[in-house]
Amino acid sequence: MSTESSAPTEGGEPTTEAELEARIAELEEQVAGLETAVEDDQKKMTIVATKGSFDMAYPPLILASTAAAFGWEVIVFHTFWGLDILHEENSKDLKLSAVGNPNMPMPNALAALPGMDSMATKMMRKKIDDNGTATIEELIELSLESGVELQACQMTVELMDYDEDDFYDGVTTGVGAATALQHMAESDVQLLV
Amino acid sequence: MSSTPTATETLDVKGQSCPMPIVKTKQAIDDLEEGDVLEVIATDSGSVSDIQGWADGTDGVELLEQIEDDDLYTHYVEKTA
Repeated sequence: MSTESSAPTEGGEPTTEAELEARIAELEEQVAGLETAVEDDQKKMTIVATKGSFDMAYPPLILASTAAAFGWEVIVFHTFWGLDILHEENSKDLKLSAVGNPNMPMPNALAALPGMDSMATKMMRKKIDDNGTATIEELIELSLESGVELQACQMTVELMDYDEDDFYDGVTTGVGAATALQHMAESDVQLLV
Repeated sequence: MSSTPTATETLDVKGQSCPMPIVKTKQAIDDLEEGDVLEVIATDSGSVSDIQGWADGTDGVELLEQIEDDDLYTHYVEKTA
């Protein structure tokens, strides 16, 4: 038996010319694969939106629409109170909490009085309007227009007794935690808001 | 120093704030042809850094010039691909 026909040991150095050539071809293939992976710079972001207060509705939508402008693939998975952002009726009536917000110019004991949340919300809405900041509705429309996938968690849709038709047209329903995790695993940026 | 680039189209986002200048710029660029230059007029001071970041991170666009004049921020973006 010549040594040429014997296979190299596992992890050992290739010995024959044919083996070396095969090894080179294999490595070239791997390098080509890596180069393709590097060239594919399509970024992906997944945001999980869990809050439905007026102030917390903005960050996920602002980041989502901006990322879409960068050409990123964007998924926003809305769950629990985050669903209210996608709820056509509720989204127009999101509230700011005056209690527990140290930036409110009033003590908590006063902030807890009836009507204070509405007042704080009204003030904030006016500021937002004066500042030329987009409304939640505008940001949702922009996001959907620019290809952002806005998902409504099916479990919480049922928990909150919402109906598929309650949400903006274009919102994806019938998705759960596994879908969200799958997107997160594939994403370059994952955020929980 | 450098002369102001000649714009093909003008986008007016005066009075609008983050993320609108970026989102609208992207939409306007999508409607242009390769080689066209978009002039973006904004009042949002954050648009200076944001347009730079967006142009850096986006394929097929190049930021040619940014001019700040009396609370008016004018950006020139070329569609390169």
